[in-house]
Amino acid sequence: MNHGLEVLEPGLLATVQDLGRPGLAAIGVGVSGAADRGALRLANRLAGNEEDAAAVEVTLGGFAARALRDLTVVITGATCPVSIDGRGAATNTVLRVPSGSVLRLGMTSKGLRNYVAVRGGVAVEPVLGSRSTDVLAGLGPEPLRAGTVLPVGPPPSEWPPIGFAPVREPPADELMLGVMAGPRDDWFAEGALATLLGSRYEVTAQSNRVGIRLDGPALPRVRDEELPSEGMVAGALQVPPSSRPTLFLADHPVTGGYPVIAVVVAADVDKAAQARPGMRLRFTLLKRRG
Amino acid sequence: MRVLPCADSGLLVELDDLDEVRRLHAALREAPPPGVLDLVPAARTLLLRLDPLRADVAEIEQVVRRVRPAETTSHDSESLVIPVSYDGEDLDEVARLTGLTPRQVIAEHTGVEWTVAFGGFAPGFGYLTCDSNRLEVPRRTESRTRVPSGAVALAGAFSGVYPRESPGGWQLIGRTELEMWRVDRDPPALLRPGVRVRFQEVA
Repeated sequence: MNHGLEVLEPGLLATVQDLGRPGLAAIGVGVSGAADRGALRLANRLAGNEEDAAAVEVTLGGFAARALRDLTVVITGATCPVSIDGRGAATNTVLRVPSGSVLRLGMTSKGLRNYVAVRGGVAVEPVLGSRSTDVLAGLGPEPLRAGTVLPVGPPPSEWPPIGFAPVREPPADELMLGVMAGPRDDWFAEGALATLLGSRYEVTAQSNRVGIRLDGPALPRVRDEELPSEGMVAGALQVPPSSRPTLFLADHPVTGGYPVIAVVVAADVDKAAQARPGMRLRFTLLKRRG
Repeated sequence: MRVLPCADSGLLVELDDLDEVRRLHAALREAPPPGVLDLVPAARTLLLRLDPLRADVAEIEQVVRRVRPAETTSHDSESLVIPVSYDGEDLDEVARLTGLTPRQVIAEHTGVEWTVAFGGFAPGFGYLTCDSNRLEVPRRTESRTRVPSGAVALAGAFSGVYPRESPGGWQLIGRTELEMWRVDRDPPALLRPGVRVRFQEVA
């Protein structure tokens, strides 16, 4: 295992993420992992890694790192300017970063999170089988700081078959997410689900890897008793006493005590993870199969 | 039994009581249907977390409805003694709420056998239940921003031990030096579903 990448500027928040640590809910450990799992998988595929290799998740851009040896790097996710030693480079493309060169991600213009995959994978010590930082549970490596040196694993034997993947840009100001009703839609007033589906909800600044707190029309309840805490999934729209929903992301709590009116389908949770504060979300009802 | 889908990511199975949750959890843990990533037991529900690319939600629902809940195996399971100094800030309040003296609260807490029903809240936090209901107390009206690591607490029908310093709204009756959670230990959590617990008073 070799030192591969020295962080010069972490930006707002940069963490190491893979696909998380499933299977430990019974002892209170959530899955965590990349907030936009599709973008992590794509970065790894382009770099020739296994899809679940660890990469750096950068929030809102502003990240810089120096290659400590010749590296092959892929950046996916949000739209942001990329440069290597000041020369422009592209996202969703296999990039060579020679030893000593500085890789820089500017501020994101569309979307929120980028994934920086390195051929060989970021090889920090795993915790309970994963290299992910769970910000809620306080598990995994510390968020990256200036001076953090990331080890990179041995390169895989396979070379990536392609050097570029065409990816649609994340939308700039409004995002449509597919949901299915429940599991606790019957705890809400008649019309609450219609309100959720017929309104725009704004992404507030109180949003992080745990969840996106939304502002918009209230979703009143009809049942006022306390719900015994129950298991939660990523994508759940949990409604606390404020009557405004919180959309759970990768580091959501294992269980929660507020009712969930609807759940964003898995494929769209990745899109939600790219939603920036100030952006508006709309929800569309998808029918169940069968 | 009610089965409530959580889009394509989960199936929430609502059961009559904790004992049914425990039995269904034990049965499905032995042979999880394909596409099930994780089982999340709670007070009245068992959530099956699904891999949306692999899970057939309708088929898994059929499996859940057909499965024969396992007999409780709690008597074969591991047991643990937790030494406690009963000097918690809410001990007098718990005594007032239960109509017992503080000494009787301690006697009750150490005198019954507790079982870990499920985990949650934080890594290594286990919800402990027992057959007696004499220590049922509500959560504090105001949550504390800092509960120390090792605090032994009560809320509702449950007892628990805070595995690390965190916010919390449970009534604190004591503290233990035992490390409830260590990531470099296998298993990392001392309190896992099914583990039987006795609290023992230390001076």
